[in-house]
Amino acid sequence: MPEISELWKSVNLRERWETAPTWVRMIVSGILLAIAIYLPFLNVLPFAYIRTDLSTGGSDWSGVLTTIVIYMIVATGLNVVIGMAGLLDLGYVGFYAIGAYSLALFGSPDSPVTHWFADKFGLSEGWSVPFVACVPIAIAIALAAGVVLGAPTLRLRGDYLAIVTMGFGEIIRIISRNANGLTNGPNGITNVPTPPGPKDPDTGQPFFNPIDGYRWYWLCLAVLILLIWLVRRLEYSRVGRSWLAIREDEDAAAVMGVSGFKYKLWAFAIGAAVGAIAGLLFGSKQTFVEPTGFALNLSFLFVAMVVIGGSGNMVGALFGAFLITYLPERFRGLSDWRPFCFGVALVLVMILRPQGLIPNRRRARELEDRRLEAEEVATDD
Amino acid sequence: MTDTLESQAGEVLLEVDHVTLRFGGVVALNDVDFHIKKGEILGLIGPNGAGKTTCFNAMTGVYRPTEGEIRFDGQQISGRKPHHITALGIARTFQNIRLFPEMTALENVMVGTDARHKTSVLGALFKVWPRVRVDDVDLPRNRVKRAFSQTFGVSRHYAEERAGRRVAMGLLRFVGVADRANELAKNLPYGYQRRLEIARAMATEPKLLCLDEPAAGFNPAEKEELMGLIRKIRDRGLTVLLIEHDMRLVMGVTDRIVVLEFGTKIADGVPSEVARNPKVIAAYLGEPDDAA
Repeated sequence: MPEISELWKSVNLRERWETAPTWVRMIVSGILLAIAIYLPFLNVLPFAYIRTDLSTGGSDWSGVLTTIVIYMIVATGLNVVIGMAGLLDLGYVGFYAIGAYSLALFGSPDSPVTHWFADKFGLSEGWSVPFVACVPIAIAIALAAGVVLGAPTLRLRGDYLAIVTMGFGEIIRIISRNANGLTNGPNGITNVPTPPGPKDPDTGQPFFNPIDGYRWYWLCLAVLILLIWLVRRLEYSRVGRSWLAIREDEDAAAVMGVSGFKYKLWAFAIGAAVGAIAGLLFGSKQTFVEPTGFALNLSFLFVAMVVIGGSGNMVGALFGAFLITYLPERFRGLSDWRPFCFGVALVLVMILRPQGLIPNRRRARELEDRRLEAEEVATDD
Repeated sequence: MTDTLESQAGEVLLEVDHVTLRFGGVVALNDVDFHIKKGEILGLIGPNGAGKTTCFNAMTGVYRPTEGEIRFDGQQISGRKPHHITALGIARTFQNIRLFPEMTALENVMVGTDARHKTSVLGALFKVWPRVRVDDVDLPRNRVKRAFSQTFGVSRHYAEERAGRRVAMGLLRFVGVADRANELAKNLPYGYQRRLEIARAMATEPKLLCLDEPAAGFNPAEKEELMGLIRKIRDRGLTVLLIEHDMRLVMGVTDRIVVLEFGTKIADGVPSEVARNPKVIAAYLGEPDDAA
């Protein structure tokens, strides 16, 4: 084990990447992107062993890829909240659900909301808001939800905040199950719209349909890349610096003119909006939204992705999302053993590498500082 | 005596108006009343536990006075949020250094410069609007981008980022930390950290700079250097409030001194007067046995 870590250190990928000239980086990024785009069609042995649908009963490969990318979007958003602003949010699934439900409620002709609109304004049967218009609606609702949850609770710190946000996640799920008149309760909402695109001339299927899974994957991939690009801009700006300052010393940051509350609220709202985009893609791909899809354990899974991957580091969070979604699908054959292996893996990562697999350097050092401080205090006594 | 001083110097910048601060039964500040005039260096001294730092904290919004109020530039600031007070123009350093340890020296100062910046979340996200004009030095080096920026201006995010970096580097040079600008704050030597705190506070473009025991842990040579720095700060047009233990430093650099003991003001005047004040001598050296 030490030999492996030594070897890894000597390779020092991160350092090389950061010092590489721009053209090298562009070529490498281009190759990685090309591989990512090609993945759904990967059929060359031995690489094809990474596919999940080789054995009977395996999951559809494109579907798994899409789920991975959707969860990567979730990890990107949650990384803003947990990794950058340092707020432990255990109710992230609430925003994911809000995204999915906003699309379903406004976009589906079967939802009580569109029925109500149709009755009220005498619109034609089967009227609904087009998909493209649903996206800003979903983002706006999620932003509002982030602010509504954040404004009263962000005065809390640490564990208290985690508990309150966990409650929020449950509130959203329970409302979606019990508010029959609004969400159809446990029956869920069918006919959730898919993104627009040219119809298949032969079969009359929409462009984004369940059979051509790779299209969903490409769409989600494009959204993911766009969001990563935007979040990176925030990270390397006044906003990212403020988050970092708040995380390191909130009181000193306040004296330096950083409004802690404002920036935490922004982190929350941005995280919420990104989570809603992921939820929206999920709901659209399923074309069916129902409350059991947004259980509390999904929140823990999301947090696990960010923490295992390395909170604060975008690449780490993405990697965590990939592992936690991909591995259980790939090893479906192990069936009942999977949750056990997952638990053992979690414990092992937390013992051996508490800063995450690909940590943010600053975060790793902060953890190390705190450990040393704790040791000093212990020896002082 | 205060009246004569007031007529000599400029207008009042900060007024601590009969401030009392109680924590439960403990009276930390008892009817403290003094003011700071524009362009002066005021020393706030007193034995340990006299309430110097508490007074500081009340001024910078950490505590809210129980009675009385604090006015800065004619506006009441007691009870306002710390970041509002910073925006009004008061900056401070901490007695026990509180830098952002995992940020580099330059980044630490840039957090300070951000206090005067206006880039919003949306501005940083899209870098499109609002657009501003900048001087040639701040334009991008790439020729295409340069031409574009000359025609359409640059985004405020870009302009502020460049200006912030330049100002921050200038301040690091001013306090003498520039040679280690890209090192993590926690890896800097103690003297550097102290001076970096001053640079970070100055980056918020304050009118009043409050230094909380900046010379703690310094040797005499370093203290001498710090005295020079404080004078240089005043020469840049800032008003300085200095909390200090070291009498020599305080006497050497301040224009006026306020002495606190047990949360009460016991003296206020020019250094030479204060040094002769029997109450002050008693507070510092203890009451002689034969005192009446």
